[in-house]
Amino acid sequence: MVKAGYRRRRIRLSAEDRVFGIVTYTLAILFMLVCAYPLIYVLSASVSNPALIVSGKIVLLPKGIQFRAYEAVFKSEDVLLGYRNAIFYAFAGTAINIVLTTAGAYVLSRPDLWGRTAITFLISFTMFFSGGMIPTYITIKNLGMINTVWAMLLPGAISATNLLIMRNFFTHSVPQEIIEAAYVDGCSNIGTLCRIVLPVSGSIIAVMVIFYFVGHWNAYFSAMIYLNDKKLYPLQVFLREILIQNQLGDMSGGADTVNQAEMTLLYEALKFAVITVATLPIMCVYPFLQRYFVKGVMIGSIKG
Amino acid sequence: MQKIRRPSVKRSLRKYWDLYLILIPVVAYFVLFKFLPMYGLQIAFRDYKPRRGFWGSDWVGLKHFIRFFSTYTCWQIISNTLVLSLLTLFFTFPLPILLALILNEMRDGPCKKTVQTITYAPHFLSTVVVVGMITAFCSPSTGIVNTLIKAFGGDPIYFMAKAEWFRPLYVISEVWTNTGWDSIIFLSALSSVDVQMYEAAKIDGASRMKMLRWITLPSIMPTIAIMLILHCGRVMSIGFEKVFLLQTDLNIGVSEVISTFVYQQGIRSAQTSYATAVGLMNSVVNFILVITVNTISKRVSEVSLW
Repeated sequence: MVKAGYRRRRIRLSAEDRVFGIVTYTLAILFMLVCAYPLIYVLSASVSNPALIVSGKIVLLPKGIQFRAYEAVFKSEDVLLGYRNAIFYAFAGTAINIVLTTAGAYVLSRPDLWGRTAITFLISFTMFFSGGMIPTYITIKNLGMINTVWAMLLPGAISATNLLIMRNFFTHSVPQEIIEAAYVDGCSNIGTLCRIVLPVSGSIIAVMVIFYFVGHWNAYFSAMIYLNDKKLYPLQVFLREILIQNQLGDMSGGADTVNQAEMTLLYEALKFAVITVATLPIMCVYPFLQRYFVKGVMIGSIKG
Repeated sequence: MQKIRRPSVKRSLRKYWDLYLILIPVVAYFVLFKFLPMYGLQIAFRDYKPRRGFWGSDWVGLKHFIRFFSTYTCWQIISNTLVLSLLTLFFTFPLPILLALILNEMRDGPCKKTVQTITYAPHFLSTVVVVGMITAFCSPSTGIVNTLIKAFGGDPIYFMAKAEWFRPLYVISEVWTNTGWDSIIFLSALSSVDVQMYEAAKIDGASRMKMLRWITLPSIMPTIAIMLILHCGRVMSIGFEKVFLLQTDLNIGVSEVISTFVYQQGIRSAQTSYATAVGLMNSVVNFILVITVNTISKRVSEVSLW
């Protein structure tokens, strides 16, 4: 312990400043609670006894803890199929995204590359004007991609915004001298990209991975309009059936009336279990990537 | 300073042939999935027949545009779009600024970090999950919202079936999902405010409230102005997914916006050219809005998108 006389004390806060501090922290906690409450409720309800949910006994904490809803979710062929498909689309899609976005961003960041201004302009143009839903649909149909996995992977293979964010990073945050030095030493351009530039671009790649991955995982629209084969559906389509259209699919309990009544009750907990199962993977990962995506939003806001 | 020479084709090709090679798939992507659909926009002026393609279908001029503007519902759809996005803007714009200011006043540490992490969380939920949660919470018999209403002696409200609740539900859920995420941009603007100004103010005996009013707010005013202008440029382009998922037969009168109308006509009802025309009209309006607000922003603050 430091003696009181020597303790470095801050300048005494005036009463006004103390009130200001209290108000600030109160509001911050209020914001946090409002954001957290629905999520906590979902988690609590998913492990509670459905009879207690129906009678309105669950307000914050779970009661009558049981995991039957999760058992039903993990037994459902639909949910498992959707999960497998979503994992495939998210990983394969993100891989394609990263390779193409990095390639495009790096090439267009070379200051003395002929044609870069024109190509960059055309790419930026697609951010502000597009063919729209119907012509895009027809194009994809004409390319023969309807009802194939490609419809989930290729139409969103590059986001112009992300490409430009990454190009900004390559132009402003990677020292151009090391690229020049590698060139002088006889390194090929692709070699420079892979061995010199990418190792110092970890943060921007992390940003891109999380942006794209979350995008794929949460994508609903493209699956709805481009797919009609149930075997290809990602999780979000099944989620909509269960959560919004109240269709239990293969979990409905079949023709057995006792089973059906039981399922109807269990549904009250099951919808929350499905939400948890669909969301938990991302909820567990993003806090660790927080400092990266905060940086990403900042890089994106710098004018290029 | 090194003088930047205009790149010559030959020199560039020799030096960068491998980069041009890896640029091919990127260019191919934009041509196939972005510019080909733009070329396809011409079917807005034709009667599209799948067998005859974009180019071969009969030219009909402005027929589809005239048809849209002569329908009884067209102004309703346009006003639904505008009202919904203006309401959303009105409620979702100020809160992220407030949150960023609060976070900025907090000391760095686990408390601030926790508030940030939790307020960002809803941004990572999918639209389907958010609408699913709304549906579950607002269920008249078992939803928590109605349980609370009943606990306070009120009558349960069937939110999803009431047209007048569509807009509040949409706006509230937008606020919930995006406030934390949207605060990041303001927070990063706040972090670049010169610390010396605060120190000077402190020596002069300024209270924290005074510093907030006279240093912090003026410093992020340009960012606020730009964000507001950019948002105004997007008033006609409301997201499709959430409106579509919240739409029911009972609220269609207020929930039919341009994008859902285009989907309904073009993909469900196979009125391809008609839907394309409505979509094109919307895209052109959006484009003009973005260009206009960007020009204004450039003139006022010398900040622009490009």
